[in-house]
Amino acid sequence: MADVAAPGTAQTGRPSRVLRAFFRNRLALAGTAVLVVMLGSALLAPLIAPHDPYRMDLVNAYAPPGTPGHVLGTDNFGRDILSRLIHGSRISLFIGVVVVSIAATLGTALGLLAGYLGGAVDEFVMRAVEIFYAFPFLVLAIAVIAVFGPSIFNVMWVLGLVSWPLYARLVRAQVLALHDVEYVEAARASGMSRWRVMFRHVLPNVLTPVVVTATFGIPEAILASAALGFLGLGVQPPTPEWGAMIAEGKDFIRRAPNLILWPGLAIMVVVLGFNFVGDGLRDAFDPKGKGR
Amino acid sequence: MLSYAVRRLVAMVPVLLGIAFITFALVSFAPGDAIRLMLGSESVNVANVERLRRELGLDLPWYEQFWNYLGDLLRGDLGTSITSRQPVADQIFQRFPNTLVLTVASLVVALLIAVPLGVMAAANHNRPGDYLAMGFAMLGVAMPNFWLGLVLLIVFGLELRWLPIRGIGSLEEGLLDYLSHLVLPAVTLGTSLAAILTRLTRNTMLDVLEEDYVRTARAKGVRPRAVLFRHALRNAMLPLVTTAGMQFGALLGGAVIIETVFSWPGLGLLSINAIRQRDLPTMQGAVLVFAACFMVVTLFTDLLYAAINPRIRYG
Repeated sequence: MADVAAPGTAQTGRPSRVLRAFFRNRLALAGTAVLVVMLGSALLAPLIAPHDPYRMDLVNAYAPPGTPGHVLGTDNFGRDILSRLIHGSRISLFIGVVVVSIAATLGTALGLLAGYLGGAVDEFVMRAVEIFYAFPFLVLAIAVIAVFGPSIFNVMWVLGLVSWPLYARLVRAQVLALHDVEYVEAARASGMSRWRVMFRHVLPNVLTPVVVTATFGIPEAILASAALGFLGLGVQPPTPEWGAMIAEGKDFIRRAPNLILWPGLAIMVVVLGFNFVGDGLRDAFDPKGKGR
Repeated sequence: MLSYAVRRLVAMVPVLLGIAFITFALVSFAPGDAIRLMLGSESVNVANVERLRRELGLDLPWYEQFWNYLGDLLRGDLGTSITSRQPVADQIFQRFPNTLVLTVASLVVALLIAVPLGVMAAANHNRPGDYLAMGFAMLGVAMPNFWLGLVLLIVFGLELRWLPIRGIGSLEEGLLDYLSHLVLPAVTLGTSLAAILTRLTRNTMLDVLEEDYVRTARAKGVRPRAVLFRHALRNAMLPLVTTAGMQFGALLGGAVIIETVFSWPGLGLLSINAIRQRDLPTMQGAVLVFAACFMVVTLFTDLLYAAINPRIRYG
């Protein structure tokens, strides 16, 4: 999924052409719709959620889906599942965006420095990338969180810290490819300082693939944080994080399988939405791609 | 080929040092006092704490501690578990084969699904067969694997009662018992990789099918099936091998979760239980072995790639 536009082709698409190509893609449109709904539910959660996501009502526990007042039913404490899902969308979206912001900023900065300065800096950064890549991503995240303790804050910085190498490698390759492109040489020849050339001419031109990769990074972060929540190493109950909801529900799978069904479907739909948008962006930015 | 392998092995040394440093740092720079953690929460004699600290070398500066840690690693000493008081290396040695069986079985499941499905999709480009395969490819990466595991567990374990839902079978009970315990975890863990590889197989096949030699083969009257499998698939295998190797890390990470879902007694379940009991040495050892295992797989993938690609000869 990481095969993005080749360097040098990315900046050729004008915004209008890119947008038109994007919106001609039906899956990308469906993905956009999912993301709009997700964003709306995250922003407006307290207004649109039919119930308080934390309010217990033991008399009405295990209400099946379709119960009046509880469209998706209630959980083992009688809490409204739909309301918990809506509030959970806030958490997942927030984690996804923060994780990718940390990873993309750190990775872009280091990749830019490595590719542009070369030499010892490059050597050092690429060694670090190699070491991080040697760990199975989730294993390292689990280990660090185990040491620092589970909390939403730790989940975010740990997942961000563990996923920067992808962006560093991507940006470095782009920078190396841009090094001898005419306008960069021209900028250098006209007497611009190294840093100015780097920020004004190199950086803006490596950002397209970073944006595309980040679009795929958000659902990955959502899946990873849900997995951590499921293991009890992420956001802690009773917070309605989707992974934690599945972990809570798994003790009742015989009695009420819908406790795990809904949060799982929610994760799946959101991840699909992001992936569709990511595919659409990638194809739209890369006119030579065959649009598969 | 041999000198390429040797060079790759030498290049692994700094990375191995880096891995060892990170696993060392995880525990050494962790907040809280390792000794007090080891002795439990009961109030302890200060003199005893200091004596134990000296005995374990924890009063030394961190670089000397790291040096000692490396020495211990070279002797195969991964420390002692806080909970079971057994050598961590023994526990890992006991559990590791189970994780290896699970991950390799998942890889096999993934390939068994992905290759036929990807070829089918490419052969039916933009027709229902293609859409079906791509639908699977999209859903497979979007489903959280622990959720898929629970759903399969409910359907095949609790409702249909076809398969056992937890633990590992013993080979003494027969191969069938062993395999029946393996099916659900392996399918669960292999699904997302199957999805990734299906998409990859399809796209590479589509590229390869446009090549001149495929057209030539078709023109001279080779049967379509033979074109697909003998001419096209063989060339599409290369990216498949590389990606499968790179994704092995995701399988190992996924194993941690899937082993907890199905109580599969591997390295993942060991680390999660260690984390729950604050048994940091065991967790540290498991993380190290996970990373080392992934490195070996990566090396093996690169060598395999070099061996099966006729166009590459590392001199």
